[in-house]
Amino acid sequence: MTPHMLTRSLDRGATIFLLVVAAIGVLIPLSNLLLPAGSVLQVPTYLVALWGKYVCYAILALAIDLIWGYCGILSLGHGAFFALGGYAMGMYLMRQIGTRGVYGNPILPDFMVFLNYSKLPWYWYGFDMFWFAALMVLVVPGLLAFCFGWLAFRSRVTGVYLSIITQAMTYALLLAFFRNDFGFGGNNGLTDFKDILGLNVQAEGTRAALFALSCLALIVGFLICRAIVSSKLGKVLIAVRDAESRTRFLGYRVESYKLFVFTVSACMAGVAGALYVPQVGIINPSEFAPGNSIEAVIWVAVGGRGTLVGAALGAVVVNYAKTFFTSGMLAPYWLFMLGALFILVTLLLPKGIVGTFNAWWDQSKEKRAAASTSAAAEDGVTQPKMAE
Amino acid sequence: MNVMDTRATSAMLYLDGVHVSFDGFHAINNLSLTLEPGEMRAIIGPNGAGKTTMMDIITGKTKPDEGTVLFDGVTDLTRLDETRIAELGIGRKFQKPTVFESQTVQDNLLLALNVDHSVRGTLFWRGSKAESERIDKVLETIRLTEARNRLAGSLSHGQKQWLEIGMLLAQDPKLLLVDEPVAGMTDVETHLTAELLKEINKTHTVMVVEHDMTFVRELGVKVTCLHEGTVLAEGTIDQVSSNERVIEVYLGR
Repeated sequence: MTPHMLTRSLDRGATIFLLVVAAIGVLIPLSNLLLPAGSVLQVPTYLVALWGKYVCYAILALAIDLIWGYCGILSLGHGAFFALGGYAMGMYLMRQIGTRGVYGNPILPDFMVFLNYSKLPWYWYGFDMFWFAALMVLVVPGLLAFCFGWLAFRSRVTGVYLSIITQAMTYALLLAFFRNDFGFGGNNGLTDFKDILGLNVQAEGTRAALFALSCLALIVGFLICRAIVSSKLGKVLIAVRDAESRTRFLGYRVESYKLFVFTVSACMAGVAGALYVPQVGIINPSEFAPGNSIEAVIWVAVGGRGTLVGAALGAVVVNYAKTFFTSGMLAPYWLFMLGALFILVTLLLPKGIVGTFNAWWDQSKEKRAAASTSAAAEDGVTQPKMAE
Repeated sequence: MNVMDTRATSAMLYLDGVHVSFDGFHAINNLSLTLEPGEMRAIIGPNGAGKTTMMDIITGKTKPDEGTVLFDGVTDLTRLDETRIAELGIGRKFQKPTVFESQTVQDNLLLALNVDHSVRGTLFWRGSKAESERIDKVLETIRLTEARNRLAGSLSHGQKQWLEIGMLLAQDPKLLLVDEPVAGMTDVETHLTAELLKEINKTHTVMVVEHDMTFVRELGVKVTCLHEGTVLAEGTIDQVSSNERVIEVYLGR
């Protein structure tokens, strides 16, 4: 990223957002680690983990907003990229268990011993090294998105048809990962993690560090998205969203643009998943469930599509509500509430929370500007009279 | 003829024996048409004559079943897609004004400029003085300098038509295809548009599809009348409008 792209991408809203995320990313871990337990200002460890989860969801929401809000690609399968990033991280964490597993096999994870694997499948090679796993967190979702997008966009699959095949993609992966012979732990998935980079994943310090890292990833992801949407490429994306064939007749290769953002977005979703897994301590095929991807789209709609800040905010607000409502008497009704929320937002706040706020803000700014010019005009009229 | 000259024709646009049918309906039927470099041609014809389909074929949106479509004497357009054809230098204004409504007038022109259209080029784009000067000039030509920071969606219908013509100018193609530029315009706007197109024709080859006969007369160029996907008559507006068969088609006798 060149300096001019950075300065161009930072407007007031973006700066405020970054400062808030940075503050949360620093203050919450510090309060958790430094203040005595039980103090009013001390954030308990379970909340650090919970908020860490929200931050990962916020990154996923950003990734969806980049393609949906700016390029009109409604992916109902982005949970797949999130889960693949999560599995890549999970595989690293599994390999770190070593002899501490139930069966004490230094190479094979417990589920492989249990399923009578004689040796490590080839696709598990290299995952004992962190750098390799970290690379795969980006490469695997990115490569899948690239291949999928290359086929879909080149064949000009758009709109609801694209949404349906993304949904089919995540469902197919769900079924594949459920299989025991697929080599990823079947329906139990990967869990029982011990260390990450030699640090205990359960330790307070590690959790605080993971939280801070998630906030950092959110900041970096946000900056990348802002740099993309505020460049000329961002204008092309909006042009594609609003009038795809017109953009083609101007000489833009629309499928290349779609492929670019779709792949970037999938890599971001992968990173979100990779940060999510050590904080929740498990990854299993249910992360591929189509419902998860749809829920993520709802976060973006609620927060405000095409605003980036709104997407992140929507993810946090909806998930906070989910935590709040699913822990009480209303728990069985959460899905109805989520559905109702989506319908209400579509009907009453089609621009979402941030989009509506922006529209209101621009309008009041215009009014103030108009008021000040008319006041100035009146001054101009009254001035000569006063001079008389 | 020069041996080195591989051009099949001197024409800017050459259509020969083109056929297209949609589910048995012959939209274009043995259509042959030639446009010389620097020429402006008006295309008229009743509804369903195949005017828009012809533009779709030239711009790569529709592939013909049969026939030759040559651009600039060398390029076979039937083998290329919309993006490639636009890159070659064929610009198109649609029947219904299609501008990018949620972006500003000047961003619409910026998007149309014929500069690097690659993903990488647009991602690292920083703008240049030459580019902004070109945009300023186009804004002046289409009389939208005052409205440059307004959203294109907030423009009047006539202004949108002009913005789209402006986008064609920014694209600076060799051949401009202009579909119904004065639809929904006032008389004054129609007159100004005719002036504008004549000005553009000084440096570009232009093909205009239009129903408005006053406008076509004002352009004062060669007219081709299409009917049922084929050329019915060609000549000056007076010749064409006094042609027996044209009158028959238009009056539906």
